[in-house]
Amino acid sequence: MSSRTEGALAHHFETLEQQAEAGALGMWAFLIQEVMFFGGLFTVYLVYRTLHPAAFVQGSAHLPIDLGTLNTGVLIGSSLTMALAVRGAQLGRGKNAALFILATMLLACVFLGIKGLEYSHKWHDQLVPGLNWNPGPDADAHLNLFYALYFVMTGCHALHMLIGLALMVVVARKAWRGGYSPGNFLGVECLGLYWHFVDLVWIFLFPLLYLLGRHGPHS
Amino acid sequence: MSQKPPTYLGGEYGMRSWLLTLDHKRIALLYLLGVTFFFLLGGVFAVLVRLELLTPAGDLFQSETYNKLFTLHGVFMVFFFLIPGIPAVLGNFLLPLMIGAKDLAFPRINLLSWYIYMVGGLFTLYAMLAGGVDTGWTFYTPYSSTYANSHVIAAALGIFVSGFSSILTGVNFIATIHKLRAPGLSWFRLPLFVWAHYATSLIMVLGTPVVAITILLVAVERLFHVGLFDPALGGDPILFQHLFWFYSHPAVYIMILPAMGVISEVIACFSQKRIFGYKFVAFSSLAIAVLGFLVWGHHMFVSGQSLYAGVVFSLLSFLVAIPSAVKVFNWIATLYRGSISFEAPMLYALGFIGLFTIGGLTGLFLATLAVDVHVHDTYFVVAHFHFVMVGGTVMAYLAGLHFWWPKMLGRLYPETLARITAVIIFVGFNLTFLPQFVLGYLGMPRRYHVYPLEFQVLNVLSTAGASILGLGFAMTAVYLPWSLRYGKKATPNPFDARGLEWTTTSPPMAHNFEEVPVVSTEAYERDEPEVVHV
Amino acid sequence: MVLIHEQASLMSEHGHVLPLRIYFGVFFALLAGTALTSWVATIDLGHLNDAVALAIAGTKAALVILFFMHVRYSSKLIWVFSLAGFVWLVLFFVLILADYETRVPVQGWG
Repeated sequence: MSSRTEGALAHHFETLEQQAEAGALGMWAFLIQEVMFFGGLFTVYLVYRTLHPAAFVQGSAHLPIDLGTLNTGVLIGSSLTMALAVRGAQLGRGKNAALFILATMLLACVFLGIKGLEYSHKWHDQLVPGLNWNPGPDADAHLNLFYALYFVMTGCHALHMLIGLALMVVVARKAWRGGYSPGNFLGVECLGLYWHFVDLVWIFLFPLLYLLGRHGPHS
Repeated sequence: MSQKPPTYLGGEYGMRSWLLTLDHKRIALLYLLGVTFFFLLGGVFAVLVRLELLTPAGDLFQSETYNKLFTLHGVFMVFFFLIPGIPAVLGNFLLPLMIGAKDLAFPRINLLSWYIYMVGGLFTLYAMLAGGVDTGWTFYTPYSSTYANSHVIAAALGIFVSGFSSILTGVNFIATIHKLRAPGLSWFRLPLFVWAHYATSLIMVLGTPVVAITILLVAVERLFHVGLFDPALGGDPILFQHLFWFYSHPAVYIMILPAMGVISEVIACFSQKRIFGYKFVAFSSLAIAVLGFLVWGHHMFVSGQSLYAGVVFSLLSFLVAIPSAVKVFNWIATLYRGSISFEAPMLYALGFIGLFTIGGLTGLFLATLAVDVHVHDTYFVVAHFHFVMVGGTVMAYLAGLHFWWPKMLGRLYPETLARITAVIIFVGFNLTFLPQFVLGYLGMPRRYHVYPLEFQVLNVLSTAGASILGLGFAMTAVYLPWSLRYGKKATPNPFDARGLEWTTTSPPMAHNFEEVPVVSTEAYERDEPEVVHV
Repeated sequence: MVLIHEQASLMSEHGHVLPLRIYFGVFFALLAGTALTSWVATIDLGHLNDAVALAIAGTKAALVILFFMHVRYSSKLIWVFSLAGFVWLVLFFVLILADYETRVPVQGWG
């Protein structure tokens, strides 16, 4: 272990433990900025939902609750496989970790596929503001705001998933080749934190976009 | 063992060794080059603005051109000089040295953030060369969305990108300060510069992403016109201001907090005393960081924001004065009965205290709802924030640059010349911006290139001051590089200062210290009892 | 039990290796929460719909943070960091609604 430790320890740290703690703390600080990034979007959502509740009710009602629920399940599954990948790395089972990351990637692709299907339905229904927008005569005058936010919020989320997929390729390769050890698996740990965060965002996006206010404003 | 290890400047040579360096000290110098370039660029636009305002008529530029000049001045100065200035140059260089570490926690990310900063700068440069932006540095909608007629997206993209540099720097500093302190260096033994940078990093991490997403939404609105900020389609342009100022007001504290950190170090050194009320000064940095997030609405008193929200934001804004005043009073208490000497960094620091106090107090005028209605968007506001930004941040930047110049580059700057320059800059600054308070109070609005004849005298004074200020900066830009070749070689601690950075060689070796320092004293502790002259 | 033996041998090594049943327990709880929230959304509960949906989302988020992200087993510092963003966001929401919820329409407009 000692020879491996020397290679893995950067020159400016005293111990692997210090290095791992600094890395994890840095990742958490980075996640704070992610919370605020999506937080800005949630704020816009909050304000426009307050200003135009009827438009948001109408928009919500149009989104397919079945596909949304299914996709939430898929993403939760990917979070589980990612947690198991981290556990594999903790135990020093590199190949096991790599395989679980691969499973996570597959589930992520399923999620993106279903998301793409939903997008294509929106395009077909002419519900893409700015590009293909013709919501029909019964549409609320401000329905464009709901759909603009729908696309920006889910789009930012999907972009984060794509970045996650790219990172997974790198980490899975390294894990497969035995690049991590029980004392040194920071890369897998940070990837895990990132992926769980992506899951977290969706846990809130799903009810806010698909579920809230399906029964109309009551105030 | 007989030979000393090479300094970080030696050892490796060539472009490659600099552009791929992971050494925080070299990256700090890369930032110094970038920051200086953008400061010069922003300065050129400032000169053009002041030249135009020499006469009441629009002699030199069309109003469209003038709009672009003050926008580019603001954009380059705020986003590419003031925000990265002290943290990325001095903070980058000094944080690991001050806490006894060999480097920042994430050296690769540190280098990456420099590249991101430069790429962001290049985008904005492109926007400038392609024809400029005319929205003002604030990119208010609908100037930047529905009615935009300039290169908003390229400029905004540059700011978006450089924001990530800021975030990564903040993440790096936070992890470094938590996890890389030398043995014995507890939180209350840290230099106040480190506390200030910790508070700054919190703002960078908590605030910057919000402006990033805001810029993204403006780009979406501009490209696809989905109605996000267009009232005709249900959007609210004032929402942009909320989002923008949620970051950009705290960003003011990104600029001033590190400056306050510099001032604490300089005052402690040149009055040869510990900082009075160390814990109060330390915690006031955190208080400013937190309170700074709760006051953004004071930029929006006349925007159509609810009056009730205005009252709340006005009250909260007054609160920020408390920790700011705590700092000023504690610095003054430190000076009291100190054995003060007036080296150039100290002159800048004393200038800072006076000018920042004026800048801060006029901020209270502006935080008062009724007064703000009178002076909103006038030169009073321009003078106020230039007192904080230039009188505060730039003064502190120069104080810090001089103070740590021997440490960074191993040469002493020419002391007499530097003192003269400090005085010139102080005089030039006041002549430039004091008249603007009067102009604003008399009702001259900002962002116009023509004005009534009765304002000319004060404008001429202001432009004259700007030329003196410019002379001061130019002198600095000459003698500092000159000193690299002709300056006296610096000893490890030329100013008899305290702090770990002064215990290593000037300039430091690649890994900062020969062995890991162990700390057993408070910050600024003097070995011998103070000699009190009565 | 095998799990206990496995756990004991692992705690000495780096970090906290959780037994598999915790991961699967959380996973099924999250799936159940998802099914529940979608089902509740089809029933008209008035204002309660929003409250229930957000409460379920909050619970799910807490499960992910505490177990999948290991915060339950982490240092106090990580606890603070994991909460900071959310606390800040709430401040943002409160102050921005202080404007939107108290705006009075200008007389003579519209």
